[in-house]
Amino acid sequence: MYQIVKKRVLNPTVTLMEIEAPLVAKKAQPGQFIILRVDEDGERIPLTIADFNRDQGTVTIIFQIVGATTEKLNHLHEGGFLQDFVGPLGKPTHTEGLKKVAVVGGGVGCAIAYPVAKKLHEQGCEVHSIVGFRNKDLLILKEEFKSVSHMYALMTDDGSAGEKGLVTDALRRLIESGEQYDQVIAIGPLIMMKFVTKLTKAFDIPTVVSMNPIMIDGTGMCGGCRLTVGGETKFACVDGPDFDGFLVDFDEAMARGAMYRGFERQAHEEACNLFRGGKA
Amino acid sequence: MPNMSLKKNEMPSQAPDARNKNFLEVALGYTEEQALDEAQRCLHCKNKPCVSGCPVQVRIPEFIEKAAAGDFEGAYQVIAQSSSLPAVCGRVCPQESQCEKHCVRGVKGEPVGIGRLERFVADWHNQHVQEAPEKPASNGHKVAVVGSGPAGLTCAGDLARLGYAVTVFEALHTAGGVLVYGIPEFRLPKAIVQKEIDGLKAMGVKIETNMVIGRVLSIDELLEQGFEAVFIGSGAGLPRFMNIPGENLKGVYSANEFLTRVNLMKAYKTSSGTPIHRARKVAVVGGGNVAMDAARCAKRLGAEEVYIVYRRSEKELPARAEEVEHAKEEGVIFKLLNNPTRILGDESGSVQGIECLEMALGEPDASGRRRPVEKAGSQFTLDVDCVIMAIGTSPNPLIKSTTEGLETQKWGGIIVEEETGLTSRENVYAGGDAVTGAATVILAMGAGKTAAKAIHESLSKK
Repeated sequence: MYQIVKKRVLNPTVTLMEIEAPLVAKKAQPGQFIILRVDEDGERIPLTIADFNRDQGTVTIIFQIVGATTEKLNHLHEGGFLQDFVGPLGKPTHTEGLKKVAVVGGGVGCAIAYPVAKKLHEQGCEVHSIVGFRNKDLLILKEEFKSVSHMYALMTDDGSAGEKGLVTDALRRLIESGEQYDQVIAIGPLIMMKFVTKLTKAFDIPTVVSMNPIMIDGTGMCGGCRLTVGGETKFACVDGPDFDGFLVDFDEAMARGAMYRGFERQAHEEACNLFRGGKA
Repeated sequence: MPNMSLKKNEMPSQAPDARNKNFLEVALGYTEEQALDEAQRCLHCKNKPCVSGCPVQVRIPEFIEKAAAGDFEGAYQVIAQSSSLPAVCGRVCPQESQCEKHCVRGVKGEPVGIGRLERFVADWHNQHVQEAPEKPASNGHKVAVVGSGPAGLTCAGDLARLGYAVTVFEALHTAGGVLVYGIPEFRLPKAIVQKEIDGLKAMGVKIETNMVIGRVLSIDELLEQGFEAVFIGSGAGLPRFMNIPGENLKGVYSANEFLTRVNLMKAYKTSSGTPIHRARKVAVVGGGNVAMDAARCAKRLGAEEVYIVYRRSEKELPARAEEVEHAKEEGVIFKLLNNPTRILGDESGSVQGIECLEMALGEPDASGRRRPVEKAGSQFTLDVDCVIMAIGTSPNPLIKSTTEGLETQKWGGIIVEEETGLTSRENVYAGGDAVTGAATVILAMGAGKTAAKAIHESLSKK
């Protein structure tokens, strides 16, 4: 069992938790992820490592409440326990040798983009952070990003915070104004990453995306997380989750991501009813 | 006077049309009377050919003699000296090609039901004996075992019996390897696996789950932590795909994924948080035990039609004869001498069908098996909404890629000395599917046993 040592509500749908897991904290690197199970009947879900503290032996996860499991997870409190917490899994994000990078984060993807931006910043890289949310209520990690970024651009779909528009609008403007990036790192919904790569490809700027397919074991034994990258089948849990954005088949990834939508909707409904009824 | 019946006592089992709708165990096991009667069929031959057919050399006539006298606990104690998992082996070993293959009674008539008797004795013990096995006196040595499948558990059990402090590191949240994620409940109830693991724990074996060796700790770090030897029993869990068009459509599974969802995550139960595609018509590609398990699970999840698509003929099916028989009884349809060429999808990216070619058997290839050749113009489409690929697995590269100096074959198998299981690294041993590629439970157990013996010989000299 793994104890929740801290819980912080970042916005109505996004929560941060620090979990006591010293062995995971000792090895964790930005870009890697963990798999957790809330309880004995629970499914295994992957979440990216948002931060870690090697001295205190804690790992930070940030999750959006999108279904039954994240709903249940969100109902746990400080001092409570998770059934299983395994990691670090996947390959760390490659940051060596980069001098100037645009880090693009969308929604809860910012939780994954932040540790990457932080590591780049620590390495002396010039970081331009471009983050996007649907509206101001969903904004997260503003101060954190600002503290590790040379430039911070905030976009919202409805203009309720920062500028109105999409992250691609801001990225296009920066590129067209003459900013020259060694690389763009995009982390967020598949549709956002797809359009970021469409843009950067036109300007021939190498682009890395962090993929988030359905996973079960996360150790390479099932292929549930497979993607087509450059015409080849790759397992995101061991070959990734980072891939060359120009080579990823996003449309296939989006179709595969929707595989269990019916089941998920129903399970989420049941979980919500359970909590509403005050039984949990 | 021995029982001279030419036939084995039948094993009572659930009726095919009832069992293909539930996940309860198919074979129900002998009653005491049936076990006593079957045990009387053993002739207690002097040269004991059955023992040489058992990869872990259970003293078969000796345990059967005790069973025939009604001393079931005594019989269990005889088996327990050689095997760590008798309730498992009695159920999943291919006895027809091991112990029972050599039984003298099999020359004329059927061999003694050794597997069924082993199963009976182990189940009897588990039901009647509550005391935990005695914890052996410590010898002060520490050994790490990577992987809690049949190889790792056997190695751990043998070493614990000799007084070693053994820690088993398992990547998943439940110990047992293929015994929990691969072999379904209806062939091997998980409570039985748990019972065997509890027995090892009582002997002092520590089991640490959620430990992916190669990520959270490396083999070298285990050695630095004071483990004097490491046994790698990490299996062959990396699934193969055919690399045909359409393999990434929604509804195409590796057998590993499908079986992990069903068996480990219990996706067949409504209480489980893990979803599974409830398919109408399913094609399982392959002809091994894994293919049979996947097909029979699909049937139990409610599929109307389940096909086994296999490119050779019935004679070449690698699955146990009994599993093929069971699958047929349960209504699985065999499409033999058929090879898939592509998987067809609809607009939403879901599986709609599988296109196959008929095959004929040509000349034997290098492996001695007749090579399937395509029949021109024989293309046809099976209407299915789910495809499960069960065409084999290979060792996961994670440990190899994080352990310097660990030599492996091109296909990923760890290279070891056959007599000891020693790898190219000092004090690092390996066995089971991690060495051989996908094989059987009992061969993995044999390898775990060999390595335990070698580790003991090496460490007791220190």
